[in-house]
Amino acid sequence: MTVLILAEHDGKQIKKATRQAVTAAAAWNAPIHLVVLGHELQAVTAEAAAIAGVSEVICVDAPALAHALAEDVAALLLDLAPKYQVILAPYSAAAKNALPRVAALLDVAMISDVISISAPATYIRPTYAGSVLTTVESSDAVQVLTVRASSFDAAANGPAANIVDHAALAALSSQNQARFVSATHTISDRPELASARVVVTGGRPLETRFDAILNPLAAKLGAAIGATRAAVDAGFAPNDLQVGQTGTVVAPELYIAAGVSGAAQHLAGMKDSKVIVAINLDPDAAIFQVADFGLVADLFEAVPELTAALVAE
Amino acid sequence: MKVLVAVKRVVDYNIRPRIKADGSDVDIAGVKMSINPFDEIAIEEALRLKERGVVTEIVAVTIGTAACQDVLRHALAMGADRVILLESDLELQPLGVAKLLKAIVDKEQPGLIILGKQAIDDDAGQTGQMLAALMHAGQGAFASSITVADGEAVVVREVDGGTETVALKLPAVITADLRLNEPRFVKLPNLMMAKKKPIETIAASDLGVNAEPRLKLLKAAEPAERKAGIKVANVAELVSKLREAGAI
Ligand SMILES: Cc1cc2nc3c(=O)[nH]c(=O)nc-3n(C[C@H](O)[C@H](O)[C@H](O)COP(=O)(O)OP(=O)(O)OC[C@H]3O[C@@H](n4cnc5c(N)ncnc54)[C@H](O)[C@@H]3O)c2cc1C
Repeated sequence: MTVLILAEHDGKQIKKATRQAVTAAAAWNAPIHLVVLGHELQAVTAEAAAIAGVSEVICVDAPALAHALAEDVAALLLDLAPKYQVILAPYSAAAKNALPRVAALLDVAMISDVISISAPATYIRPTYAGSVLTTVESSDAVQVLTVRASSFDAAANGPAANIVDHAALAALSSQNQARFVSATHTISDRPELASARVVVTGGRPLETRFDAILNPLAAKLGAAIGATRAAVDAGFAPNDLQVGQTGTVVAPELYIAAGVSGAAQHLAGMKDSKVIVAINLDPDAAIFQVADFGLVADLFEAVPELTAALVAE
Repeated sequence: MKVLVAVKRVVDYNIRPRIKADGSDVDIAGVKMSINPFDEIAIEEALRLKERGVVTEIVAVTIGTAACQDVLRHALAMGADRVILLESDLELQPLGVAKLLKAIVDKEQPGLIILGKQAIDDDAGQTGQMLAALMHAGQGAFASSITVADGEAVVVREVDGGTETVALKLPAVITADLRLNEPRFVKLPNLMMAKKKPIETIAASDLGVNAEPRLKLLKAAEPAERKAGIKVANVAELVSKLREAGAI
């Protein structure tokens, strides 16, 4: 038996989520191969090959994969699939897009957002916005799953793995189905939300002062910034900052929620954070039920005060 | 062009689910059920495409027991032209649903299929992509904008760290993200009118599709509660607690 992991990277670096997926894959006690798809992958491939526990890195490098479409990723994984009994990836936008396609073409079920692998085909995954943990067993010959990266430790570096070049399928399958047009990426010097050590999240009350209030605190803490759906919907923060059931799931060392009510859909995305701080005017806000340290206060005063207190250290 | 919209009946998002005493599943008996919020966004988008003259007919389909008629009535009240209930009492999982929807696609031949990006009960987020795979069609998952022109659907997709735009040859499958639109409010007279409209019912078992569940649910449990924390009196106390905890 061999496990194949679809590596997550940004074209320059392997993402931490890939290392966390490697730890998840260790549950099978089987050889682990990584597949890296994209273009100009030398640096990424070398980094992937250094991850402990990985015995082979399959590099699929082609200009057409610089912005890989789900149709192509699925076709390439399907091409590799006959050698593997497990195909997994971190629960990212790219994998959520491509892996169900792979599963359907293999005629197997897919298991999304696995937080624990209790036995080789038995998984625990959250449902109902994290209000329920379900244990499911798959009887399919090939297991296709995504894993919640933050539920697993990141694998460190170890002995170098074999690197194998795999040619992109001669005619990428997407060509008569879909075409890449453009991409916009938020440019930020802050750490990536999904893997940041500290996250500072703002809710709807921040309104147009969202950045003015949160940026200084985030800068001081080296934190990523998150937002509630209400803040995003109202246009105070970009959508890729949304933390929650239908946004990004985070589990940082420190999570600071300012003006966040604590709806179940939001808690689903952050309640595994190590230390949670809530700043809210309403002493009965649901967020206080999960906060280690709750401060009943007006965030417009408390957040700048906290920022200043940290500066003074 | 005809649009097919797939909708699911789920536990209302405001309800905190209860687990059966034996831990075998979530107990939905007597619980308020609603249309999956993302599917409502999918219907709204179909309506807007129709209002823009791109779409001529909107067909909403759901799979499940007769109880699922209520979400089809909701779709009709929003403005769907026609609805189909694929009647089944199987435990439906994404692959089975995708296969059944594929059978309906073959029958109806829509130019576009729109679904919600995920159902808020199982939170799987797979059905649209699986349907696209079975159709060998292009997919635009997590759409925040759709324009249709010259036999293509141009979809802006929400991805980690930004957006991506793809052009899909029709027929294509699109899944709706939250920012795609804000669903219209259903007015009571429309709901009354929708009660009188016909619901086409097809026995799922007649479609020659194996939609048996593949995953066995072994257990449903509540996650461990976080230990209750403390309230601090002021920022100074917060800072000292955070320092004690090693968080800063
Ligand atoms: C299908 C679906 C999916 C969803 N997915 C998500 C998701 O992924 N992520 C998510 O976050 N939400 C999600 N939601 C929305 C969620 O249900 C809540 O509506 C949302 O989280 C509320 O955001 P909020 O706390 O910013 O706003 P509000 O509910 O408006 O709460 C604001 C809070 O700030 C406090 N406040 C006000 N003024 C101040 C002040 N000056 N100082 C301090 N505190 C103040 C108030 O007491 C209140 O508690 C989803 C909803 C649905 C239906």
